[in-house]
Amino acid sequence: MSGASPRPRIALLASRIGFEEKRILEALARHGLSCTHLDTRSLHRELDAAPAPWDAVLNREISATRALYSALALEAAGARVLNSAAATETCGDKWRTSVALSRAGVPTPRTALALTPEAAEAAAEEMGYPVVLKPLTGSWGRRVALLRDRDTARSLFEYCEAMPSPAGRLVYLQAYVDKPDRDIRVAVIGGRAVAAVYRRSADWRTNVARGATTEPCPLTDDLAKLAVAAADGVGAGIAGVDLVEDARGGLYVIEVNHRVEFAGLQAAAGDRVDIGAAIAGHLIEEAAR
Amino acid sequence: MPATDVLVCPSCEAEVAFAAPPMLAEITECAECRTELEVVATDPVLLALAPEVEEDWGE
Repeated sequence: MSGASPRPRIALLASRIGFEEKRILEALARHGLSCTHLDTRSLHRELDAAPAPWDAVLNREISATRALYSALALEAAGARVLNSAAATETCGDKWRTSVALSRAGVPTPRTALALTPEAAEAAAEEMGYPVVLKPLTGSWGRRVALLRDRDTARSLFEYCEAMPSPAGRLVYLQAYVDKPDRDIRVAVIGGRAVAAVYRRSADWRTNVARGATTEPCPLTDDLAKLAVAAADGVGAGIAGVDLVEDARGGLYVIEVNHRVEFAGLQAAAGDRVDIGAAIAGHLIEEAAR
Repeated sequence: MPATDVLVCPSCEAEVAFAAPPMLAEITECAECRTELEVVATDPVLLALAPEVEEDWGE
């Protein structure tokens, strides 16, 4: 074989082109690469259709359901989707994430799954209050509640009981880590931790989507190793790993996001790192594999 | 589209500007009323209210 390698054929799966997607597309353009935009709202694939004509597909779909099923559809057509459908499914479910992290030896807070709200009360008693109640699926800190005592827990479990879907009545509980007024977000791309920020908030939930502010966090070797181990544990090549510190400085991974939102991270990192460019670079590498 | 074309927010009718020609499905926010807007056509550019946040949206 001789001559230059063919240009990688890259696609972007997304129903919304926001700040992050534009940063990634701009970085691809600097490599001289254009990108096919696949809007998940118009995506359809027949099972035995021709193979997908892309070397790599970046999944930036904001709907967890469409992200998973578009990845499954394109993988069935032979496409390499980043992150994979398997990683998207693991990250999209807090219990599956906890199991994967535990298997990978990544420290996480004590966690329990209860299959009914009644069983959740026993689980919370065993764990001891305060505990954190989270929906199995969901993001941006929605419906995440801090249960400081039995009375609060009972009330919230009654709300769980009233959820319309059977999956919504499953209860995921996690021991509350008495963290400072901040948590840590680390971006891991292609097996490398590229940036970290503190997310600080007056609310005990420190999601940027809930108004938390970001500031640079030193990316120590321990933090980087832990974040990379967490991303590897869930099988995500591109990940936003969220960690909390306890009072003694111990670090625990609480979740791994398969579609990392990095506007806050980028603002805090400034010119020191270009996260969109790092994702584009990883995508190009994967397309060449 | 020239970046200077005048676009109007479908919610409050304030002027909406893009620094560069927008892409289909691009999301922007009206500087006046903070409504999220989606580019639903590019030739010519047409703005609509962006879809509401759904239960399974996130990262």
